[in-house]
Amino acid sequence: MIGGLFIYNHKGEVLISRVYRDDIGRNAVDAFRVNVIHARQQVRSPVTNIARTSFFHVKRSNIWLAAVTKQNVNAAMVFEFLYKMCDVMTAYFGKISEENIKNNFVLIYELLDEILDFGYPQNSETGALKTFITQQGIKSQLQTKEEQSQITSQVTGQIGWRREGIKYRRNELFLDVLESVNLLMSPQGQVLSAHVSGRVVMKSYLSGMPECKFGMNDKIVIDKQGKGGTTDEAGKSSGKQSIAIDDCTFHQCVRLSKFDSERSISFIPPDGEYELMRYRTTKDIILPFRVIPLVREVGRTKLEVKVVIKSNFKPSLLAQKIEVRIPTPLNTSGVQVICMKGKAKYKASENAIVWKIKRMAGMKESQISAEIELLPTNDKKKWARPPISMNFEVPFAPSGLKVRYLKVFEPKLNYSDHDVIKWVRYIGRSGIYETRC
Amino acid sequence: MTDSKYFTTTKKGEIFELKAELNSDKKEKKKEAVKKVIASMTVGKDVSALFPDVVNCMQTDNLELKKLVYLYLMNYAKSQPDMAIMAVNTFVKDCEDPNPLIRALAVRTMGCIRVDKITEYLCEPLRKCLKDEDPYVRKTAAVCVAKLHDINAQLVEDQGFLDTLKDLISDSNPMVVANAVAALSEIAESHPNSNLLDLNPQTINKLLTALNECTEWGQIFILDCLANYTPRDDRESQSICERVTPRLSHANSAVVLSAVKVLMKFMEMLPKDLDYYGTLLKKLAPPLVTLLSAEPELQYVALRNINLIVQKRPEILKHEMKVFFVKYNDPIYVKLEKLDIMIRLASQANIAQVLAELKEYATEVDVDFVRKAVRAIGRCAIKVEQSAERCVSTLLDLIQTKVNYVVQEAIVVIKDIFRKYPNKYESVIATLCENLDSLDEPEARAAMIWIVGEYAERIDNADELLESFLEGFHDESTQVQLQLLTAIVKLFLKKPTETQELVQQVLSLATQDSDNPDLRDRGYIYWRLLSTDPVAAKEVVLAEKPLISEETDLIEPTLLDELICHIGTLASVYHKPPSAFVEGGRGVQHKRLPARAGSGESAESPDVGQAVSAVSDAPPAVIPSQGDLLGDLLNLDLAPPTSNVPPVPSSMQMGAMDLLGGGLDSLMGDESETSASHYRTEVQSPQPPECSERELGGDVGGSPAMGVSLGGAPVGMPAGLGAAPAVGGGLGDLFDLGGGVGVTAGSYIPPKTVWLPAMKAKGLEISGTFARRSGVIHMDLSFTNKAMSVMTDFAIQFNKNSFGLAPAGPLQVLTPLSPNQTVDVSLPLSTTGPVMKMEPLNNLQVAVKNNIDVFYFSCQYPISLLFVEDGKMDRQVFLATWKDIPSENEAQFQIKDCHLNSDAASNKLQGSNIFTVAKRTVDTQDMLYQSVKLTNGIWMLAELRIQTGNPNSTEWLDSRCRGVRNASAYILVYDICCVESFEYVKMIRQQIVDNREGSSSEVPILVVGSKRDLQRHRFTQRRAISVLVKKTWKCGYVECSAKYNWHVLLLFKELLGIAVARGLRQNHASIRLQGALQRNRCSVM
Repeated sequence: MIGGLFIYNHKGEVLISRVYRDDIGRNAVDAFRVNVIHARQQVRSPVTNIARTSFFHVKRSNIWLAAVTKQNVNAAMVFEFLYKMCDVMTAYFGKISEENIKNNFVLIYELLDEILDFGYPQNSETGALKTFITQQGIKSQLQTKEEQSQITSQVTGQIGWRREGIKYRRNELFLDVLESVNLLMSPQGQVLSAHVSGRVVMKSYLSGMPECKFGMNDKIVIDKQGKGGTTDEAGKSSGKQSIAIDDCTFHQCVRLSKFDSERSISFIPPDGEYELMRYRTTKDIILPFRVIPLVREVGRTKLEVKVVIKSNFKPSLLAQKIEVRIPTPLNTSGVQVICMKGKAKYKASENAIVWKIKRMAGMKESQISAEIELLPTNDKKKWARPPISMNFEVPFAPSGLKVRYLKVFEPKLNYSDHDVIKWVRYIGRSGIYETRC
Repeated sequence: MTDSKYFTTTKKGEIFELKAELNSDKKEKKKEAVKKVIASMTVGKDVSALFPDVVNCMQTDNLELKKLVYLYLMNYAKSQPDMAIMAVNTFVKDCEDPNPLIRALAVRTMGCIRVDKITEYLCEPLRKCLKDEDPYVRKTAAVCVAKLHDINAQLVEDQGFLDTLKDLISDSNPMVVANAVAALSEIAESHPNSNLLDLNPQTINKLLTALNECTEWGQIFILDCLANYTPRDDRESQSICERVTPRLSHANSAVVLSAVKVLMKFMEMLPKDLDYYGTLLKKLAPPLVTLLSAEPELQYVALRNINLIVQKRPEILKHEMKVFFVKYNDPIYVKLEKLDIMIRLASQANIAQVLAELKEYATEVDVDFVRKAVRAIGRCAIKVEQSAERCVSTLLDLIQTKVNYVVQEAIVVIKDIFRKYPNKYESVIATLCENLDSLDEPEARAAMIWIVGEYAERIDNADELLESFLEGFHDESTQVQLQLLTAIVKLFLKKPTETQELVQQVLSLATQDSDNPDLRDRGYIYWRLLSTDPVAAKEVVLAEKPLISEETDLIEPTLLDELICHIGTLASVYHKPPSAFVEGGRGVQHKRLPARAGSGESAESPDVGQAVSAVSDAPPAVIPSQGDLLGDLLNLDLAPPTSNVPPVPSSMQMGAMDLLGGGLDSLMGDESETSASHYRTEVQSPQPPECSERELGGDVGGSPAMGVSLGGAPVGMPAGLGAAPAVGGGLGDLFDLGGGVGVTAGSYIPPKTVWLPAMKAKGLEISGTFARRSGVIHMDLSFTNKAMSVMTDFAIQFNKNSFGLAPAGPLQVLTPLSPNQTVDVSLPLSTTGPVMKMEPLNNLQVAVKNNIDVFYFSCQYPISLLFVEDGKMDRQVFLATWKDIPSENEAQFQIKDCHLNSDAASNKLQGSNIFTVAKRTVDTQDMLYQSVKLTNGIWMLAELRIQTGNPNSTEWLDSRCRGVRNASAYILVYDICCVESFEYVKMIRQQIVDNREGSSSEVPILVVGSKRDLQRHRFTQRRAISVLVKKTWKCGYVECSAKYNWHVLLLFKELLGIAVARGLRQNHASIRLQGALQRNRCSVM
């Protein structure tokens, strides 16, 4: 299991060092600094083996987190744990920076003691941790016996993510369907790969221990119901509205065995904001924008670039925060840009022309043309032509996912499903949305 | 208030200041001071001098302060063990605190203090905490047992914590279960053979229930533990798979990967035609793809694992090629892994897409990645024949880019394509030649020169091209020089008239001006060849070359299977078995995939199981045939798992007979007294079988097939010794490695054999075996009624026997046995019956009665049956007894080909109640001192000497022996001063002979003794070896000295001489010789 955990700043000075196992010596701290942080070459792997000791590292801004072990540990678990550790720290004191870590080092040691015992990850849900590890010292003396046992049963219990006795005057919940569309398109407009990775984020402000059931237009569920109905037509008509989900993963509150057998998503939600599910689809994706590049080399010192973007959704909807990034060669000396809409600028430091449009309605078209002057070089190596990438935000789900219902049952308290105020919002964002040119 | 200020104090008198502050009356000031101490500790300053002052702060009701002091204690207690005792009282008191958080904190911290004196005090509080009412305390205590075990394993066992821990698996709280499982798994890892994690269907069921309820981390512990279980049959494995599949939708990638591991492993057991098998395969793909949308570090772990999965079961992801396309801003480690998987998935169906992508990648920035992409195009061409043409044209396009490293890499792969598809793409040579000048890397230059030489007749100016290289001959690397030499010789043979001058020039450069022996020797060979017989030279040099194979980078199947059992772990990331990077004995035991259902009850090691049953089908006579014994010995499973039948050195069997016959025989005379027999056992790690053969004077063959003919062997034994062949077998049994070392535990149980065939007993067939279960000897019998009528009224009786075995109760065959029915009975035995010495010693004569008749048969029980559980002798007693044993009671023998290290052997033996009293290591030998006690109170003491560090034969040789099989002539070089190197040569020769197809005498082998200049240090006379090699092996023998270049050339001549003499003209061994000297073809053994 994890033998030790170190946190370094960008210079390689150690900020936190906690050793769990006897086989990890103090020299491990230096070994990682010398071989990874101060290494001459760029790091080639997130797992490094130095003298039979394995180091797993992740980097957050300029802070290095490294887990050390000498055993054959579960590598996936170690990385998941490191991410979780980052989440927990962010939840406690915000951004992970050298200053924040130094300011909270006592707290971090306390957390490390709690969530990692002898190198075995323990409960790491921030909700639960915050009930008994607080920055303002410990209120242990104030707690009654019942409170204490409530804490421990929550930390170890089956529903570790929610405590009992939560009360709200207004029972309210917010559902955000956040999708990111990923696209790789050839210059000729052929889709090389496209997929949507989506997340359903829920903010729940519900009293008691509510039992929730979530439904969406999952093809398998709808087809099943269609079969239960009378004709094939039902299946066909629903086929249009339903989507095929390639794969989905759930927050630990969801009963996986129930999903596996009935494909129904039922759970007792944590309080506040959390990620209910993640999913991935590849079929019938609505690509909100189409990018048509045209690059022409005029002699050795000039390049003409024309890029057309077309929006491909309902005219009544508005896309926002559109940004097209057109890479330019390293030896660019000057750029002249003309665009119909928005603002475009050549950013020499990023080697790209950045074209920003605030808003754009559906079924519209816009164009930019640029003349790039090049310095004549005798460098034989050709320009690699990185792909044109794009960022945007649209108010619908490109995968076509729709929330059909979210039912809330709380048999012990006297509020029913109707009394809960529910909000649903769809946001489609660009993931890696690239067109080769 | 911020804490960062604590990091800034660097004054000199700091320690004193801190000391004062720590002893301050004000609580706040104290806390501040402790924080400063911790901060200094973090940055690596030594603050251990403050130990007593910090410990004084421990007695506080401020939890935050307490935690800080505990943190300090964990760091420094080890350096100040005496002081640490001061803290004990507070810990013990805290363990009684009403607040569960404090109780847990105390027990957690105490476990982290690695001081022996403290651990003693820890036991009582820990015991209480393990039974605490609060689950939080229990789950902390469970982990604490693992901590304590790490410090003092014996203490944990003595205190019975392991049992308490086992009980926690049935705890009501899922997190307690998960932690208990994690702790037990870790403890079990250090005792590979203990039956600690007793995985049976009931516990598995408990674990599967807890799986649904516990935290994500707990799920990982449980899944990893489940993966160690081997289901009894395919139905059980299916039901477990069904309950594990929901985990594939978990948000935590580690849970998903661990679930994949369980499924991949248990899938082995499912019949392929099962519907469920197909569904499972389909279910595995989407989660694996989803892993690729995780953070890059996890993606890397996932990709390394997918690489393994794709090799094991390509069908899972064959349609998912697109997801492995590289994204522009993937980190480089993700890109390289994706590329690898793309090539593995490439097939005729998707090759167009793959090629288009690869071409795209070849224009990227990262040099390593681009090179790999170009190389990948070449691999595609070799893998998918239909795409070769397209690949070549893509490569040509890339060459046009004139990017230096792309061109070089492309030329290297085109050379390989030429090797695979000769005479197909020569049209591109012209383009290649254009880029001659830009090549600056040796590999690319060598490849280009090879091409020029190989196709010299089609290149008009080949001589000019090669000449241009020759100018800087001495500045080139060896690789290029060698290639240039060969190429010019080829050119000369093709165009003799124009290039005479050139070839003379290169030969003189190579032979006279070079210091490199390889180059010089090759030069001489060509020179002689060309000067003596140009026609033969042409035949040799310009012979057709063997085609290259397509998949060269696949992981070897046995390693792959082991890595599949380690999915998700570091082993799967490194693609190395854990033993390669983990120190000590922990987790080093090899894991194996379970066998597919239907291969019989001995599912653990199907190959061996079959061998045994095949042998034991021999008619069971009163005295079992030698075949049975060999069968038992075969169970040793000593050879690498892929070989069909492991060679059994018969010396061991003989030795064993002698020894126990002699040793026990003398004991039997006065059984009433307790005396001790004493023998030495020597286990040597793998050695070639023929080695033992020689030691025995070559009287018996090493192969089991010959072993059967040993039937008459007992004749050769001294008659007075009361031979007990089965005892030998029994000893062999004890070393049985069965399937998966460490997976099985407990004593060895031989498979059931037929004792009474139906023909001799009017339709009643009895087969059976013996087992020792929890201290009681059992005779497990199967009665099969093969007659037409019902059988009833079974009873059993034993004749007097050597150890007084007798049935402890009546035979329980309850219901009448109807025709074609089989009933299994387990009969407990006692050792209090009448005693009479039997021949052989472990023979047992049995009478079985039923309503038809009384039947007699005899069987033999393994001697290990009689080893009792309390046979561990005290060290002092052992020492004293050992000295007192008379030398006539002493015997020695060797066990060969046993791939066990001392720990594993010790554990294995302990399973059969042979206890290790002490262990020491001398040089490369491990010595185990062991004691055994028989049921009649006789002690046997043994010294087991284990040779470690011998080269393992599986180390360099893959299962198909490709390396050994392909060549046509061999030179085996050993060091005349080093006997080990000669042993190794012996082994390799044996493997060559064993693995050659066709008649082995055809292959020329030349054994070479090197370092002749160190004549005085040689380990044996030249004559001894020369006779052995020439007479017995029928190989050539030469001694040489590289230092003085003495006989070096001679040995090549000799080799060619042998090759020609053996009439290999149709196959041209000498051509292979040339091939061997080229890149990639020379295997250094």
